Parts: sequence; C-alpha cells; structure tokens
Amino acid sequence: MPVITSSKTQPEYDVAIVGSGAGGGQMAYTLTLAGLKVVMLEAGRDYDPVMETAMFQRPEHSPLLGTGTPDKPGNFSDATIDGGWTVPGEPYTQASEKEAEQFWWWRPRMMGGRTNHWGRMSLRNGTHDFKPRSRDGLGFDWPIGYEDVEPYYTKVEMLIGVYGTNEGMENTPNSPPGVLLPAPKARAAELYMQKHAKTLGIPVIPIHRAVLTKPLDADTIPAKLHPGDARAQKIVADSMRARAACFWATDCHRGCNIKANYQSTTVHLPPAHATGNLDVVANAHAREIIIGANGKATGVLYIDKKTGREERVKAKAVVLAASSGETVRILLNSKSSAFPSGIANRSGLVGKYIMDTVGVSVSGQVPALENLPPHNEDGAGGPHSYIPWWLYQEQHAGKMNFARGYHVEFGGTRGMPGGRNPLPDDLGRGAYGTKFKEEARRYFGSMVGYTCRGEMVPNENCFAELDPQVKDKWGIPVLRWHWKWSDQELNMVAHAQKTFASIIEAMGGNVRSKPEAPIDAIDPGGKIIHEVGGALMGVDAEKSVCNGFNQTWDVKNLFLSDAAPFPSNADKNPTLTIMALAWRTGDYIIEQAKKGNL
Amino acid sequence: MNTDDTRLPRRTVLKWFAAAAAAMHLPDFRADAQAAPVKGYGTDPDIAKFYQPGAFWPLTFTPEQRKTATALADVILPKDDLGPAASEVRVQDYIDEWISAPYPVQQKDRDVIVPGLEWIEAESQKRFAKDFATLSGEQHRAICDDLCWAAEAKPEFKKGASFFAKFRTLAASAYYGTDAGWKALGYIGNVPLATFDGPPPEVLAKLGVEQTVK
Repeated sequence: MPVITSSKTQPEYDVAIVGSGAGGGQMAYTLTLAGLKVVMLEAGRDYDPVMETAMFQRPEHSPLLGTGTPDKPGNFSDATIDGGWTVPGEPYTQASEKEAEQFWWWRPRMMGGRTNHWGRMSLRNGTHDFKPRSRDGLGFDWPIGYEDVEPYYTKVEMLIGVYGTNEGMENTPNSPPGVLLPAPKARAAELYMQKHAKTLGIPVIPIHRAVLTKPLDADTIPAKLHPGDARAQKIVADSMRARAACFWATDCHRGCNIKANYQSTTVHLPPAHATGNLDVVANAHAREIIIGANGKATGVLYIDKKTGREERVKAKAVVLAASSGETVRILLNSKSSAFPSGIANRSGLVGKYIMDTVGVSVSGQVPALENLPPHNEDGAGGPHSYIPWWLYQEQHAGKMNFARGYHVEFGGTRGMPGGRNPLPDDLGRGAYGTKFKEEARRYFGSMVGYTCRGEMVPNENCFAELDPQVKDKWGIPVLRWHWKWSDQELNMVAHAQKTFASIIEAMGGNVRSKPEAPIDAIDPGGKIIHEVGGALMGVDAEKSVCNGFNQTWDVKNLFLSDAAPFPSNADKNPTLTIMALAWRTGDYIIEQAKKGNL
Repeated sequence: MNTDDTRLPRRTVLKWFAAAAAAMHLPDFRADAQAAPVKGYGTDPDIAKFYQPGAFWPLTFTPEQRKTATALADVILPKDDLGPAASEVRVQDYIDEWISAPYPVQQKDRDVIVPGLEWIEAESQKRFAKDFATLSGEQHRAICDDLCWAAEAKPEFKKGASFFAKFRTLAASAYYGTDAGWKALGYIGNVPLATFDGPPPEVLAKLGVEQTVK
C-alpha cells in the first residue's frame, strides 16, 4: 500500500491522518505496526530523499551560489519544496500592518513536511516544562507530567537515533543508560567557548540531535520497542538496517540520502509502508473534518490538488497532525450545525494561545580563532554543543525579570564557505589582490554567532482566526494572524543580548552585531518555525480543546498530534515532544479501539 | 551552525514578506497569482542537480562588460600561492548569472554592477586611454586604490567605491564557493569521513583547550 491517488483509496479506514511530518509520521508508524488500516493525507507532493537530496553540491553548483530567494527562502539546497514563508495560491493574512505584530508562517508542501529540513535538535522537556504555571503562576500547566511522557521519549530516541550525553542538570533530563548515541567530538570554537563561558558560570554541554553517530542496533532495539510482536520487530529492524551512520559531511538542512538523520520520510514512513497497512494520498489539501449524525468524525474532505476536485476519505477516527496553524485552520473551517464555530471548538479556544520560540542573535569575531591550522569541522551537519538554560534557581528565587528559560545554539566553525563574502569590508579595510585572500584565510573560522532559543509565555494577543474575506485558490478561508510579544519575551531578549556579548568578550572577541532594542532585535513571531498551541490540552472541557491524550473533548474520535495541544512552548525544540506524544496518543487510540470506545 | 553573518538578512525577508502580505490583502488572491511578477526557478526546482550559470535565465553582460568584469575579478582575486585567478574558476560567469536573476535582491545589484563596469571602463580610458582589461598591474592598482575602501574614498570616487565593494563581495562569494576557493581559504570539508575526531592536537594546543567529549 504505497503513495496513491484519490481514486485508489479504500472505502473506509480505521484512521485518517492529516499530515506526514513528525506527528503524522509517528502516528502512522504506531498505528500501522499495530495492524490498523490507515490513510494519510499530505498537502504536498511525494518526495524521495534518496534521489532528491543535494548532498555534496558546492555553492558553485547551484543557481545564485545557493543563496535564498523568494522561491527557495532558506537555501537552494534546503530540503523544502513548494513552500517557505509563502506558498503560491495559499495565502495567510495579518491583522496588523505593524511588522512587530505579524506572524511568519513556514509551510513546506512535501512528503515529510518540515522534518526534511529541520535542525534535528532533540531535547526532552523536563519536569518544570510540564508544570510551568505551578512554578511561576503564568500560562498553563499541562494535564500530564514528565513521568507520563518519559517512556515515549525513550522509545522515540531509540527509534530515530539521538546523539548526546546525560549531564544530570536541572530540568534537562537524562535518557536511560544506553539510549543515546555517542556525542560527536566538540569543535575548536565550541571548546574555546566552553572554557571561557565557564568563567561566567555558563555551562556548555553536548547537544542532543537526531543524527546517527553510529548505526542503530537493529538486533536489540526492535524487541524493546515492540515486545512480543515478531512481525513489527522484523519490519523495524529492516528499516533500521537501511540507515547508514553519519559520514560527517553536508548540512542536515539539506536532508540526508543515506538516512543518517531523522526525517519522517526515511524513518517513520518506510516501516509504516512495509506493514501494508498505509495508504498515502499526496497533493491532498485538507479542507474539513466530516461530522456524522452521531457527533463523531467520519472522515476528511480534501481538495485533490492535481484535479482540483473535492474528495473524501472515510475513517473511524481522525488525527490532525498538519502543524499547529493548519490544524487550527482545518478545525475552524469544519463548521456544521453541531459546531457552528468550528469542530471541537465549544470552548471557543481553537486558534488561541499560539506560541513560537523567542529568537535573537548576536555575532562576534574572536582573534584567538584566526589562522588556525586547516582541519575538517563539518561534523554531524549541525551543532555538537549548546548551552542549556542555567538560571532556574535564580528565576525560582524571583531574582529575574522574566519567568522562563532559553537555551543557546551557536555557530563558530570552519563551515562550508561560498555564497557570501568571507571577509567583511570593515575587517578587510580595503584589501584586494593577494592581501584580500590572505585576510580572508586569516579570519575564516573566527566568526562566532549565538542565538537564543527561549520560551515564550502564552498570551491573549497571539492567535489565529479565519480571515472573513480572503480565501485560498480552492476557495477555502485562510488564517489571519494576530501577534504581540510581552515584556516576558523582551526582557529575555535583553538578557540574552547581554549574555552573548559577555561570552564573546570573555573569549577576547569583539561583538559585531549592532546594539538593537529588544523589540527590534527579537525575531518575528513564527520565524523560528516552532509554532505551537492553538488547541491546548487541559483538564477542563470548558477551558481547553483536548485532554491529556490529545483527544478533543467535543469529538472523541478526533485527535490532534502536532504541537497544537501544547499548553507551553519550552525552550526545548518541540519536535521530539511532538513525536513522543503522537506515539502515546497512538497507543491510546489502539487501546480505545480495542475497547470499542471510539 | 551558521553564524549571524551568514543569515539571510532580516530586512530582505521582511521585504519579500511585505510583498506577499500586500498580495494577501487582495480579496481575490487568484487575481494576484495570475499577475505572477517573477519568473525564477520556481518553488520546486530539481535541487539534486548540478547547475551551470545561465541554466535558469539568460545572462546579461555584453562582450565588453564581460572583459571588464573578468579583469576586475582577477585584480581582486589574482593567481598566487593561495590559488588560481578568479577567471580560472569563472567568477565573471557567476556575477553575470547573479545580476541577471529575476529576484529583487539581484535586480538591485544589477543596477550597481552594470553601470559600475561602464564607469570603471570610462575611468580607464580617461586616465590611460586603454581598455581596463589591458592595463598594467600598476595602472590597475592606481584605479583600484582609489576605490577599494568605500569608507575612506574621496568624494569623487564614492560611487565607484560602492560599486567596487559590491563587485568584490560578489566575486568573493563566487570564488569561495568553488573547490579552488575552498583550498585558498583553508576549508577542507565536504568529504565523507569514517570517523570525526574533532580538532587535531596542534589546534587544541594553540587554543589552550582539551577535548571534553570523550
């Protein structure tokens, strides 16, 4: 059962999943291996990472030296198809003309969604992250705790392969022994920074990323993931053996044709297809959830983008894993007499409390890193080290003017040049000729950059609704975004700017970024592409959209398996938590289906 | 792992975004879609392919402009102990491709580069009554020394200097995106390795650090 066209779908499935990324991929994996018949709708085209990944292209091999354009906003080689900040024919609107009150919405249109290009940062939420309101009185607690999710974090890490170390730091959970793959060696600038950040009391530790630093143990892991299920074990073992370990070259944002990093298309979908229980319809733009007379979801109405026709798939349960924004759009567009303001929206909270990650960057130049002997620092195609949030106790003691934490990701490496001038004019001071080449070589590898990845506190001013006028090219109402940062985020940005400057100075370096007020320096909402929220989980049907199993209160066979149910957006990048919760929800669906409760 | 310097300028994205947002305020988006302003490589090009300059849109330089651009690129990035001259890795072709692209950033650069090449050619004729491409090294330096640092250029050379800075940026962006440019810079990655061993001992010693990941 492969990728099919609309006309080849079965009359009815056990479950219909909208979206093929981290949430949809994990859900399809979990359900199909358990024997459920599943149809998946993907709004973009099919995509084959083995054939379509730009692995070793130099900038000279790509148009415009690979630099971004409105057609390919990241980079020409970036694994994003038919999307980015805009998608042709599928607009979204802003309630405000002010730049600071607008939301950037990143949408690829391809099999696997954003998982093809993401940074592979795979950090677990900690105990504090599930109960933020209990800790600081702001935002919302999750109805579940770390202990509920921990077994699924472990299973996901074993399945996808995550490198890193256990450091035992506050709210920065360890994985069980033997679960993480070996952390790659730190790079020169990472070590130099680690040494100097220590003098400021700032820890630098190995980051966790979904990249195989050695092959997965296909002989033992499948039995741990699927005890007592020989068929599932074999399928998963075969899929694991098809993945090679990292060969320490090429940027993970390009995707990986040897399957060394996690993307849904190389890790989740192949074993799901191998079960024979999965049909995937590509170019299927979900319009609404169909509701039956009994008040349950009966399937999904979608546009076949190839024919422009409306099509339907029927299923006993529906899972939305379309990304927070798309899930909100589909819920709000699913209007019926039972749900005049959108399905599962009796609370009126669908679309509310959207969050992104707080981002701000500061760059510098470090003389000690000039003229280092050439050596290969490509490594695992992304960061090897990071700074976890380190001031939990100070915050808890009320000593700081913002409540939540940030972690720090940084560059400072002899990464692939080209497509940009390695010698900024102010450092070159007019150099040309051999002098220019000497100066470029001198400074190569001495530039450092720090980015804040911080937790935003949910607020009333950040939400999405249907635009009353604008429709997409299929006549479907589009989202209109509202956005406003609070002092929580701006105070965090000011702290990060100061901290990054102090680290650069501790290394004997010079800050190169111009000083900017936090409201100008903060990345726009959505820019970090960590949109979460919009259909929060909670303990009370009046005050939340779904329960702790991602099951909507109003429609018990409708589940949300992207980040839409997140009541908070910890500084930990959301993808690993999306997958852990999708697996957990999948298990719940299987159990409820067995009991006949759906 | 990009440093801040390598990020797509926020302003640039904001501009694209503003343009898209303006379009979105139209009641009927389809009217705008039909007006498709830019014909670039589209949103789904074959990214695994290896391309040559000119693969997606016609190039711009006249033979004379090409000659001037080639000579200027070689003055900025000459053949020396660090590597070949710019023209040997076709830097002029990449600059031509860049300024010929239908996207906003590149079109703005085109308005600097094409008149700039005309200007420097005229300057060469004025000073030495010779084509820029046929000037001696000393004559090249006489002109380029007046242009090479915009911050300190004399008022009459300000415009020429901002052209020179843009040209140098584009030339370096192209040169250092080639294998020869990588060698010149000391970049030795983009090759598969069996193991990643981290920085070698001499690098650790120079920085006074030890490998902390065992």
